Amino acid sequence: MTLALLIEQLFNGVQFGLMLFLMAVGVTLVFGIMRVINLAHGSLFMIGGYFLMAALDWTSSYVLAVPLAFLMSALVAVVLEIIVLRPLYRRGPLEQVLATFGLTLFFNEAVTVIWGRESIPLQVPPLLTGSVEIIPGGAYPIYRLVITGVAIVAGLLLYLLITRTRVGALIRAGSDNREIVAALGINISLLYTLVFALSAMLAALAGIMMGPLLSVEPGAGDPILILTLVVVVIGGIGSVRGAFVGALMVGIFDTLARVLIPLAIQTNATSALVGMAVYVLMAVVLLFSRTGLFAAHRG
Amino acid sequence: MRPNLVLRRRGWLLLLLLAVAILLPPWLGTYYVRFATQIAIYGMAALSVDLLLGYTGLITFGQAGLFGVGAYAGGMLIVLGVTNAFVAWPLAILITMLFALAIGALSLRTRGFQFIMVTLAFAQMLYYFAQSLRNWGGDDGFSTQRRNDLGFLSLESHATFYYVVLVLLVLVVWLCHRLVRSEFGMVIRGIRDNERRVAAIGFPPYRYKLVIFVIAGGIAGLAGALMANHAKFVNPAVLSWQLSGEILAMVILGSAGSLIGPVIGAAFFLAFRDVLSDYTEHWMLFFGPLLVARVLLLRDGIWGMLLRATGAGEVPKEPKVDFPEVPKPTAEEKPGAGP
Repeated sequence: MTLALLIEQLFNGVQFGLMLFLMAVGVTLVFGIMRVINLAHGSLFMIGGYFLMAALDWTSSYVLAVPLAFLMSALVAVVLEIIVLRPLYRRGPLEQVLATFGLTLFFNEAVTVIWGRESIPLQVPPLLTGSVEIIPGGAYPIYRLVITGVAIVAGLLLYLLITRTRVGALIRAGSDNREIVAALGINISLLYTLVFALSAMLAALAGIMMGPLLSVEPGAGDPILILTLVVVVIGGIGSVRGAFVGALMVGIFDTLARVLIPLAIQTNATSALVGMAVYVLMAVVLLFSRTGLFAAHRG
Repeated sequence: MRPNLVLRRRGWLLLLLLAVAILLPPWLGTYYVRFATQIAIYGMAALSVDLLLGYTGLITFGQAGLFGVGAYAGGMLIVLGVTNAFVAWPLAILITMLFALAIGALSLRTRGFQFIMVTLAFAQMLYYFAQSLRNWGGDDGFSTQRRNDLGFLSLESHATFYYVVLVLLVLVVWLCHRLVRSEFGMVIRGIRDNERRVAAIGFPPYRYKLVIFVIAGGIAGLAGALMANHAKFVNPAVLSWQLSGEILAMVILGSAGSLIGPVIGAAFFLAFRDVLSDYTEHWMLFFGPLLVARVLLLRDGIWGMLLRATGAGEVPKEPKVDFPEVPKPTAEEKPGAGP
């Protein structure tokens, strides 16, 4: 185990953590503001990858395909919000969980019908292939650096949106007390559509960027969704800061566990320990704090 | 309507269902005997979820984890040579209850949204654990080659096995019926309706919730062990989060908060899948929207509608679930708030 390898894995962990942040922030915002548990969030991630693939087929240019995939995902999100999510706002958590679970089943099957069951590999954009030497002796793929950068920029923009703009003020107010916001004459249903579209776009962005790293296949969003939920539990539901800290923790912890555990222990149980590492982390956090690290809602 | 008339109608309805379960499958043929066995097993798993959901107000999204532990334990015991069901099944139940104790002790510290996520996460953890069991086939799972036997009675005949599963299901339903009407059951339902008040009169809710979680785990474990016997095959899919969701869907389709509803929900789910997959392999394309429609458009599950149509009893209400984050609906929002 060289230092260069360790640093490289640390970079990978941060990058994976930032992807998880893009996902978790959507789950946490939708819950914090609309009080809806969205199990279909993983589908939006998956759809991002599929749309990128489809848009590449039509345009054969990444410069055109990425914005196109992004817009199509946002469109699906808006339609979804109006048809399915709106009636759910007044329903109980059980109904929300079931309906959004039903959506996940639907989307997983729909992409199978349209694009087939096989997983589809995506190429890294030609401009971004190759690698650079960030530390002596350690070559790091440019593509991973770029998506890390994009995720950081997206996170910063989101931060500015929430803290510096009028919409952001409404989002914060809405998560504190939505009745008062509605009573002040704010168009709350427009705000909800906006928040859902925003969360879906962040999920799709993660899906688009992860497309060339993972492969695009039916159900690709499911494992990401479950890790996202772990992040949200660790960070505390409803808290954007919690989502950030939790995502980085899970991303780094998971990546390092994959590298370090096989080095330390070599038995039959190794791969089990690797897969379970994140859940053990969650259990430990829950032992110390029942509501996660940054609980935003006191009921 | 007079209460004893209602009870008598419900009795007839249950008797009718039981008669159908006993007589119909063998008359239709072996395929349907196996199909009915599946219904009974999933019905038992759904019942275990309903004990938590409908009677205690806990939304668990990880019951497939415990179902799978039961399936793996049951399957492994057969392979290891424990063929007597009187030994193997109680052992599988016990193992599952130990897992439920560990998972419940941790996840019941949380509530509402977090509880859903945490149960889901633990089930997923068990899924990865099963995937990594190389000696037991890893991702591909393993075949048990044979079924348990009841000592004197072989269960290799599908019909015999079906009736054994059916007897067990009826037994479990009856035990649950006794349980939810006992003093313990009153405390459990009290926790569902108002946990703070139950705590105030001196029943520690955490302990009661943990006990019912472990009991439900044991039932799911038995269902899992029966599944290993039924299919003679176990793979990590028995622990998948999709299955957890499907079991939850069965409960809701059938009516939560009743003991028969989940079994009927399981029957409906499996029949729906069976019929549609004759026409298309993409039956999920229809089941997903069906689930959404059930949630958005209908108030009752199938058993609830049946009870309403025949006047055979009180229709189970949508369960009140433990959810501190969500503000209670105001008077005009409350569904079905009538005189």
